[in-house]
Amino acid sequence: MKPLVPLFVILAVIGLAYGGGQLADTRYLLGIVLPYAAIATFLLGFSYRVIRWAHSALPFHIPTTCGQQKTLPWIRSSWIENPHNKRGVLTRMALEILLFRSLFRNSRAQIEEGPRLLYTENKWLWLGALAFHWSLLVILLRHLRLFVEPVPRFVIGMDTIDGFLQIGAPQLLITDVVVVAALLYLLKRRFTDRRLRYISLYTDYFALFLLLGIVITGILMRYFFKVDLEGVKQLALGLVTFSPTLPAAVGPLFFVHLTLVSLLFAYFPYSKLMHMGGIFLSPTRNLANDSRRQRHVNPWNYPVKVHTYQEWEEEFHDKIKNSGLPLEKE
Amino acid sequence: MREKLWIYGGLLLFLVGVTFPVWRDAITHATTQPPALEMPANQKQCVAPTDYMLTSHMKLLMDWRTSAVRDNNWKYTSFNGKVYQKRFSGTCLQCHSKAKFCDRCHTYVGARTPYCWNCHVDPALVKGATP
Ligand code: HEC
Ligand code: HEC
Ligand code: HEC
Ligand code: HEM
Repeated sequence: MKPLVPLFVILAVIGLAYGGGQLADTRYLLGIVLPYAAIATFLLGFSYRVIRWAHSALPFHIPTTCGQQKTLPWIRSSWIENPHNKRGVLTRMALEILLFRSLFRNSRAQIEEGPRLLYTENKWLWLGALAFHWSLLVILLRHLRLFVEPVPRFVIGMDTIDGFLQIGAPQLLITDVVVVAALLYLLKRRFTDRRLRYISLYTDYFALFLLLGIVITGILMRYFFKVDLEGVKQLALGLVTFSPTLPAAVGPLFFVHLTLVSLLFAYFPYSKLMHMGGIFLSPTRNLANDSRRQRHVNPWNYPVKVHTYQEWEEEFHDKIKNSGLPLEKE
Repeated sequence: MREKLWIYGGLLLFLVGVTFPVWRDAITHATTQPPALEMPANQKQCVAPTDYMLTSHMKLLMDWRTSAVRDNNWKYTSFNGKVYQKRFSGTCLQCHSKAKFCDRCHTYVGARTPYCWNCHVDPALVKGATP
């Protein structure tokens, strides 16, 4: 049941946008007002959440590690798995963000006949996630050609590589195939694994359906129901140069694509998709494991009133002396 | 304090990156005016309705190629009854200029420079040769 509600929400949005793409007033709303509102929500919301995170307290020093810590000079430490300085932390973060290194270690627990608990390697999630995120990045960079004039050289170069199979016209782009395959895998995972299905929430499905909707409308627009790209570019350039233009004839499919994209951007800061910013601010990843060399003070520490031994000795100095007990001071 | 510097620096970098189109277009003074395409002077109608050509000319070209090269079918009857040779350079580029028509629009929308020109010739470059 859980996937049905998000599915219907997305389908309803698609239906509304498709209808709205046909009327002049709603075209203005969907093509100009909504994108501005969405991108403003995205930028402000994103900044707000990062700033909130920046000001939250870090009570404990909690890097997660999985390698030998730096100790004595003759014991080899693993400086990436258990970083002890900035260089290690930066390397580990870069590998995590660019290659999803921790997902690479993903394992799967199964109960076999016996009963016997079995842990096996499971690299599919890593592969699916990596394929999805990288394709998405390439697709987003490719869209720059609609927003930037003249088109940067690297965008064209990227597309030449992406379309090197030279299948059909417009050329089949490899990232388009990969992104759909990866999204379908990520969705299938939530459907077929019983435990995963149990912990999947509406929002998990919502994000996946939303992305699938965007990607599928984009692909339909590129290969099947062509839209006038010249018109789209005018609209897109109008948005970023703050001189909104609404070209006369762009297909309603474009408005579906744009509306879903606006929804994604507006939804982004409020959702789990904020892991894009959050990954950089994860204290389990971005701290060096140097708590034995550098004292970490908990900012929440209450100023405790203490009475040290020295003060105690001073207070009872005479009594201790008289009873003949040893004094530390003397 | 040091962490805050990293975080705000990173956030600033992100915002500058996301708004790349805005400031890049401001620098290059981009306008929403599409490039002027040189239209055929003495012709009124393309080989298919203009709406269709505008969005789907690459599909037409592919259909032409497949049916000409594979099925030996070289005649194309247009929607208004005119008959054209299914020739890339020999038909399209008799009315249109590659440099001032096709390329201008492709550069504008950032279409991958069609690799077709690796083999097919632009008649403007070989004056007098038969296409
Ligand atoms: C009004 C703009 C416009 C004009 C004029 C134009 N094209 Fe295109 N062309 C496009 C667009 C838009 C695409 C699709 C690009 C995309 O989807 O990335 C395209 C794609 C193509 C492709 C497929 C490229 C690929 O992706 O592999 C070919 C081939 C092509 N055009 C040939 C021509 C020829 C030949 C002419 C001149 C007779 C021409 N075009 C004129 C806009 C135009
Ligand atoms: C008989 C001459 C002629 C031939 C041959 C011809 N065209 Fe055209 N084409 C035109 C004319 C005239 C227009 C402008 C139509 C209009 O403005 O309504 C046009 C318009 C176009 C457009 C739309 C441009 C725009 O911005 O509206 C494209 C794209 C195009 N042609 C591509 C091609 C391609 C590709 C071929 C080869 C398959 C081709 N043409 C063959 C005369 C021709
Ligand atoms: C590897 C070289 C090569 C490339 C690249 C190439 N073609 Fe061709 N094309 C040919 C050859 C060879 C023929 C056959 C010509 C003949 O039989 O007269 C042909 C024939 C055609 C024809 C029909 C006949 C004619 O003379 O025009 C069309 C249309 C065509 N190609 C379109 C395209 C398009 C569109 C592209 C780019 C997407 C393209 N071709 C890329 C080599 C190429
Ligand atoms: C999260 C943001 C977006 C995603 C994930 C996305 C995804 C896609 C995908 C996968 C395609 C298929 C073709 C390709 O890969 O190039 C596509 C095409 C397209 N997108 Fe997007 N898109 C996004 C934002 C936008 C925006 C903001 C616009 C409009 C201004 C837009 C306009 C288009 C157009 C016009 C096409 C057709 C391109 C063509 O015909 O070649 N997209 N999109």
